Formats: sequence, C-alpha cells, structure tokens
Amino acid sequence: MESTARDFNDNVDHALADPNLQDSLSKLKVGFSERRRQAAERLPEFEALRDRARDIKNHALANLDFYLEEFERKVLALGGHVHWAPTAADARRIIGELCQSMGARTVAKSKSMVAEEIALNEHLEEIGIAPIETDLGEYIIQLRHEPPSHIIAPAVHLTKDQVADTFLEHHAKLGFTKRLTERSDLVAEARHVLRQKFLDADVGLTGANFLVAETGSSMLVTNEGNADLSNTLPRMHIVLASIEKVIPTLEDAAVLLRVLARSATGQESSSYTTLNTGPKRPGDLDGPEHYHVVILDNGRSAVLGTEMQDILRCIRCGACMNHCPVYGAIGGHAYGWVYPGPLGAVLTPQLIGVEEAGNLPNASTFCGRCESVCPVRIPLPKLMRHWREREFERHLTPMAVRQGLALWSFVARRPALYRRLTGLANRVLALFGRAEGRYRALPLAGGWTRFRDLPAPQAGGTFHAQWKKRRP
Amino acid sequence: MHPIFATAILAAVSQSPSPTSRPRRVALFVTCLVDLFRPSIGFAAVKLLEEAGCTVEVPSLQVCCGQPAYNSGDRATTRAIAAQVIEAFEGYDAVVAPSGSCGGMLSHHYPGLFDDDPAMKLRAESLAGRSYELMAFLVDVLGVKKASARYDGAVTYHDSCSGLRELGVKDQPRRLLSTVQGLSVREMKTPEVCCGFGGTFCVKYPEISNAMVGEKSADIAASGADTLLAGDLGCLMNMAGKLQREGSTVRVRHVAEVLAGMGDLPPIGEPERDGKWGGPG
Repeated sequence: MESTARDFNDNVDHALADPNLQDSLSKLKVGFSERRRQAAERLPEFEALRDRARDIKNHALANLDFYLEEFERKVLALGGHVHWAPTAADARRIIGELCQSMGARTVAKSKSMVAEEIALNEHLEEIGIAPIETDLGEYIIQLRHEPPSHIIAPAVHLTKDQVADTFLEHHAKLGFTKRLTERSDLVAEARHVLRQKFLDADVGLTGANFLVAETGSSMLVTNEGNADLSNTLPRMHIVLASIEKVIPTLEDAAVLLRVLARSATGQESSSYTTLNTGPKRPGDLDGPEHYHVVILDNGRSAVLGTEMQDILRCIRCGACMNHCPVYGAIGGHAYGWVYPGPLGAVLTPQLIGVEEAGNLPNASTFCGRCESVCPVRIPLPKLMRHWREREFERHLTPMAVRQGLALWSFVARRPALYRRLTGLANRVLALFGRAEGRYRALPLAGGWTRFRDLPAPQAGGTFHAQWKKRRP
Repeated sequence: MHPIFATAILAAVSQSPSPTSRPRRVALFVTCLVDLFRPSIGFAAVKLLEEAGCTVEVPSLQVCCGQPAYNSGDRATTRAIAAQVIEAFEGYDAVVAPSGSCGGMLSHHYPGLFDDDPAMKLRAESLAGRSYELMAFLVDVLGVKKASARYDGAVTYHDSCSGLRELGVKDQPRRLLSTVQGLSVREMKTPEVCCGFGGTFCVKYPEISNAMVGEKSADIAASGADTLLAGDLGCLMNMAGKLQREGSTVRVRHVAEVLAGMGDLPPIGEPERDGKWGGPG
C-alpha cells in the first residue's frame, strides 16, 4: 500500500474537516470501549488471561525459529506447501505465480491486513487477476477504492448513507436499482452479489490470526463466515500470514482467542473460528485440493532482540485504536498506511521507515489507555517513546523542537538562572494578563492560543520566590 | 554468624521505620507549572501535608522533572535533569508532587533511565520508592479521611492520565471531596479520557489536541457541574483555556485548593477580584 504517512498533518486537517468521518468516529468511540469493558467485567479471570496471553506470545517469539520450522514440518506432512517470503515483493510474486498456476481469473479474499501491507490487490490486478474482497467492510471500501481505516472494521469511517450510495452506484448494473436505507437490506444485497463470486473463484486467499505449530493449522476468526467460503469452495487455498503469528499449541490458541474477541468487539467469541489443516483429504466432502501457506517477514525479524520486540506480540484486536483519543479524533486514514492507531504508531515506522512515518509515534499524549486495554500488554507508549529517541538520535526531530529543547535544557540545568527567568516571566505574564486573567493571543504561543486561552499566572511571584520570603 | 552480630542486625532492623509508619519529613516537588502559573496549588499542598502531621520542606535545587526532554526523545538531557532531581531530594522520607504526571515521572520512569549505571539506578530506585502524587499520599500513606473545608458548588473531577493509569489515583480525591461541606460531585460520562494536553503534544499537534479538549469540554458541560477539578495543572490549564474560549462559566481549580479551603481564590484563568492571591494567609 502506498504510504501517505509523511503527509500526516495534512491528513489530520482533512480528517477533522470531514463531517461523515466525525459522525462515524463519535459512534465508534463509545461502542467498542463500552462493549470491551463489559466483556472484561463478565470474566473474572480476564486480567490473568491477559498475563497468560502475553507469556504465550513472548515464549513463541523467543523461540520463533523453532516454532516456524515445526509449523512447516506439520504443513508438509499434511500435503500442503509453505513458502517463505522475506519481503513484500517476494510474497506478491509467490502468490501471483500460485494463482497463475491455477489459471485463475478471480481470487476470493477474506480480510487480511498482511495482504494490505504487501499491496496484493494492486499486484493481482496488474497480472490480470481480479481480487474479490468478501468481508463486507473490505468489499465496501474496495468498491470505493479506499484503504481500510481500522484493522478489524475496515469501513468504520463510513456512514450508512455513504454505503447506500456506494451500493447503488455499483450494483445498479447488476439489477439492484433501488437505494436501500436499512442495514439488513444492505447486507442482504451484498450477500447476494458476493455469493456468486465465491462460486466462481478459482483461488481463495485468507489471512490467519494464528499459525499453530503443534498441528500445522492456520486459525482464522470472522463474524461473517466469509473466510469459510473463501477456503472451502475454491480449488486452491492460500494462507498469507506474517512470521509472528505462530504459536506453539492449540491450548495456547484457546487462551489467545478468549482475550482476542473480548478485546476487539466485546464478544465472548467471534461468530466463526476456523482451523485450516492442510488440503482436502481422501474422503473429505469439501475443501481445497491445493493448500499453500505464505509466511512473510517484511522487516519483522529485524525487530527480534531489540527494544521494540514487544510489538510482535500484537494479535490485531484493534483495542488500542478503539480506545485511543487521537484515533478517535482523526480516524485511521490519517495515519497514512495499513496499521493505524497506537499499533501503527509503533509498527509503521518499523515497516516503512521512520523517515516516512516519523509523525506517528509523536502524535500521542502518552495517555496510556492503549496499554491499559492491550490483551497482550504491549507497552505502547514506551515503544512510541523509543521511536522518538531514535528520531532524536538521528536528528530527524524538527529543528525548531531541537533548538527549543536545547535552550530549555540549558536553563533547566541551572536552578539559579531558571529561578531568575521564571521570576521574570511570572511578573510580566501576570502584569499584562491581570485585567482578563488570561491571554487570547500571545507571541510564540500560537500553538496554544489558536484554540485556547492561556491562563495568566497568579500575581505575587513564583512559588519558590514566595516560599523563600515566607520560610527562609 | 556470631550471635552478637545477629543481635545487632536484629536491633537495627527493628529500629528502622517499617514501611507502614508515617513519613514525617516530606519534600514538596512543586512542579514547574505550579511554580510559574499557580503557586497557590503548592501552598495548598503544603497546608494539607502539614495538617496531616508532616514537616514540609521545599528543596531549592529542584527545577523540572524532565518530561519535556523525555517525551521528545532527548535521553541525555533527561538523565542530566533526573540526576539533578535525585540529588535534590535525597534524604527525605517522602517526595510529594501535586501532579500525577510529574509524580509518575519520578516513581515510574527515572529508574529506567539508568539501566547502564547501577549506582545511579540504585539512587533513582530509592527516589522512586519514596515519590508520590499528593492525593494518593494523603489517603493511601497518611490515612487522611476528611478534608476540613467548605466549597459551595457542584464539581466534576477529571482523571488525569498519568495519575490514573500509572499511579492508580481515582478514588482518593473523590473520597476526600465527598467530605467537603457544601460540595456535590457530578461525574462526566468519560472522566478517564485524555483531555488532549500531553505536554508538548498540545502545541506540536494543536488541531488534534483541540479536537480532544473540545470533546472534553462538551462532557464537562453535560455533567451539569459548575466547577471542574483535577490533580494536574497542565490538564487544568488546557481545559480552562478551552472552556473560556468557548465562553463557558465553569470554574476550574486544582483539587488541592478546594480540599485546603482555598476555594475562594479566583479560578484558573479568571481575573483577580478583591480577594486576590497575595500568597498564603
């Protein structure tokens, strides 16, 4: 996917001025967090499960080579194939060739963020293969030629009316000429249009929530059942997953599933949980004849053993963005690439470069709400701070910020000088602000006073000056 | 071990204060915003601590906790400032800040700055173990149960992020506020959502910050309260500035001021009337 992370500030202006987006975000902010809170409260062991989930992923990451090879052995024994893709380009090429080997004209895709990451749809179109998104949200944004704005609710930025207009525009040629207003009618129409596409597809492509080393299974959760159609109807099933998705056992998967759905949507469990374990066996009534797993690295192995490793624990529930007040203000597109919110603020600089995505880890108040709900306890603010440190070390921090910091640091390390300067500032600001009690505008403080008044200091000197007078 | 040594060690151990004993010699970490903009918060903190039986001192070497550098990625400067703070507050039973943000910096972030310097790390950990946010210190450590103050108004309390999520400050201020005569509490729908201050964030990303504080001011208005309280001056200045720009009449104060009976001072951002702030009584 083409990045616009560099234009973060323009993206933000655009997002804040978009009434449809703001309308959608106002609903998301309340809905997801409230449902997650209730789900967590209903499960007394939820906090203990979060610890367990963290430990499982930490163990898998510490032994990643072992579990990946174990997973590969199991898949091969089942009659499937495993392809290792060091880069996005490798993954695109491998998948393209697999599709061509089947003479495929269409590929039924269930939602995969890794497919977005490697810009798979664009590649398939280039080689003359039509990708069909079968997740409802993904289908809507595919029609609109938009990227997803959320990792589990890709069309969450749109209102119902926008979806109605999009369907009318694209489905009219299929005979659906009535503009629908009910949610259930919109879903029924999409279901009808998509059903034939499932039947026609030559290849089904899915992502994976987990790769289970013990059994060689890929595990996938959805609420729409679209993945099940994608992986049973076509003759070839391709699973696309990144290296950190591997976990040791089915028992571990059970723990992770329990925190995943609750953190994501507040459900006890997603509607569909599917295990794909190799191709169709003799005697099976359905299933793909050909089963391939493409495992992508794309910069992740370089994170192992670094201070950023914790981000690889992520199980893509989306809770961090659902609870992030910055995401809630600007939505997912403003982040400019596949992964928005606090997850994106840490992962995007890693995957596409901090030069490109340097704003993302800076656009946070470190309020810590993301970390407080993360099912695998990723210390997201700490990781964002690490990015800021790397930017500072590499002189990527804007010059004005660096100079301001250097000046402030010079003064802050000299208490006597600091006292004199703050005493002066206190007197001047208190004097001129006395009548109003605040400033509506102030030189050099435009960032503050553009939107807010600046309270004037109390008269009478700084605390330290007053303290010295009273308690010498 | 020779029995004499064992006896001596036992005696020493039994004499050293147990963790539950009340710290008496308390240092106030004023915070740079309180120092510059609203000294009355510092004096309110001193009053509350003294009423609870503490001897309060204000080490003069203190400046800032270092967060502007820390959150901008400037680790070298942060370490230099942290070392200065550690030095300034050595030897006190407790270090108390009328701020969850600065308190959290001392108690949760300093030790990690010195991973490659075991001697400094030890000193940082010692400070971290003695550092508190004011409300948590009063209620959890000193066992204060009641505020002897009066405030006529309906207040809503904003949970500042660091205090809430790093230090667990949530019930303590509410418990004390419930004992203030004439005061009632009206909760916001989302008192735990960030106000958009975030230190330098609010001037680096003013548009996002404005959207966040705009939402907060709507929540404050919907609560029906006439007074907004919180435990961090940065958040308070941000919310007061927004409320006043919008023409709101909600009065904004630090929780310590109300608890210390200084609720008749001009609110944050309001001009000084006859009873102007001229220092503590």
